[in-house]
Amino acid sequence: MDNIIEVKNVSYQYPNSDYKALDNLSLTIRKGEWVAIIGHNGSGKSTLAKLLNYLLVPDTGELIVDKQPVIEENMWTVRNKVGMVFQNPENQFVGATVADDVAFGLENRGISRQKMLEIIPMALKEVHMEAFADREPTYLSGGQKQRVALAGIIAVAPKIIILDEATAMLDPKGRKEVIAAILKLKARLGDELTVLSITHDIDEAADADRIIVINDGQVVDEGRPAEIFSAGPKLLELGLDVPFAEQLKSALNNLGISVPSKYLDEEGMINWLWQLNSKM
Amino acid sequence: MSNMIIGRYVPGNSIIHRLDPRVKLILSISFIVLIFLANNWLGYVVLGLFTLVAVVSTKISLAVYLRGLKPVLWLIIFTIILQLFFSPAGHVYLAFGPFTVTDMGIINACYVFLRFVFIILMSTVLTLTTPPLALADALEYMMKPLLKIKFPVYELSLMLAIALRFVPTLMDETVKVMNAQRARGVDFASGSIIKRSKAIVPILIPLFVGSIQRAIDLGDAMEARGYQGGENRTKFRVLKWQRRDTVAVLIFVCVLVVLIATRFII
Repeated sequence: MDNIIEVKNVSYQYPNSDYKALDNLSLTIRKGEWVAIIGHNGSGKSTLAKLLNYLLVPDTGELIVDKQPVIEENMWTVRNKVGMVFQNPENQFVGATVADDVAFGLENRGISRQKMLEIIPMALKEVHMEAFADREPTYLSGGQKQRVALAGIIAVAPKIIILDEATAMLDPKGRKEVIAAILKLKARLGDELTVLSITHDIDEAADADRIIVINDGQVVDEGRPAEIFSAGPKLLELGLDVPFAEQLKSALNNLGISVPSKYLDEEGMINWLWQLNSKM
Repeated sequence: MSNMIIGRYVPGNSIIHRLDPRVKLILSISFIVLIFLANNWLGYVVLGLFTLVAVVSTKISLAVYLRGLKPVLWLIIFTIILQLFFSPAGHVYLAFGPFTVTDMGIINACYVFLRFVFIILMSTVLTLTTPPLALADALEYMMKPLLKIKFPVYELSLMLAIALRFVPTLMDETVKVMNAQRARGVDFASGSIIKRSKAIVPILIPLFVGSIQRAIDLGDAMEARGYQGGENRTKFRVLKWQRRDTVAVLIFVCVLVVLIATRFII
């Protein structure tokens, strides 16, 4: 598969900051891949997201999105290809009602009203918000607002969706709803959609094809979720959580029960536990 | 706060609710001008009937309108008293010192009272039946001619729409900040004026800082979604002129003609 995102030796330092938010960072993401970027607060994850969209300009280095270099002349083409869902559901809601908010991106692209009337209900249906089209944001939960934000992006059909800690401010239920909506979208579009999810929610990262771990503006590790999670203690050192199955394993280990060293997801852990029981 | 009826929208489906917001806005402004055309009792009867018809056809209970009059009651009484005691013209009924009560004074006081009531009722009709957002759309449409003199109409109306959308959000945040500060021992309800104004600082500063953060986030989100400025954008919301809007304008013109006629009859 082709590389859809290439980040080459990018550094960025915020004007009022003493250290580099990103330090000579390089990574590539292939078309159709679902990549999770994890790292503790201040590790430079969100900065990377904003650089990919030309909301920030790198000090040094080069970014390429879908064969287009991310530079000033290309910024609107790049923004057309990349849809972003930000962290705070309240602050990114532009429209006065749900339908208005979904329409915002379409209005910016000069789509005719006739077309909008077809696209908006479809986009809202995709995230199960069609019954809320006339609702004002005050009457929506955080998870519902994030689903509307996602619908606004689905409406303009980008090739890449970046979730910049999109579930960080949601309750567990809202978080599940948003992740389910993205999983469904990804299943429908397949390789036509690349998802880059920036998160410190480990369960969200577990759904990814590949995880990239960032610490202090540099890539420290990358691999499939199973590979990354089996390095449990190392993740804890980086200020990250480990999945529940991994926590259970270390608790069992402390009780003197020998556990397999390779990573198991919840399903795998259940199978192992129940086989362990039958042997006794 | 719950007594404030001015500027509040009551959802409904009456004929007035369904009128085009541009019609409602223009007619209510013209009505206020129209009120000053009336100079005799017949004129006021015509205006009164028109106001009554407008109020009744909104299908909102009269109690709501009366509550709208309450906050300005003192202003009305004050003006009436001034009119009553300081009109030297006409037949004098009572006179003591600088105060005189004359027949002209009484009539003028009645007129002033009616003017106040009509203006407030009509503007309440406008705000009760029109969602703030529709009013913003109407304003944008009416400002369109200003585009010719390079006035940033689209930017201004976007600002207005965003401001309106964030009013409830900021209200919620204000309450949250106030409660948080109360929990830490800030007292908003007692003490001298100076002490009370000082207690407002721990609300204002966090609200300001919060608004700036919101503005940054919203700006990022808007740019990421392709917002490049007001021009070359299409619009999802459109205002449609319908037959009932023409009818409303015609009725208003009739009232205007009758009103002008009353000036010459008496």
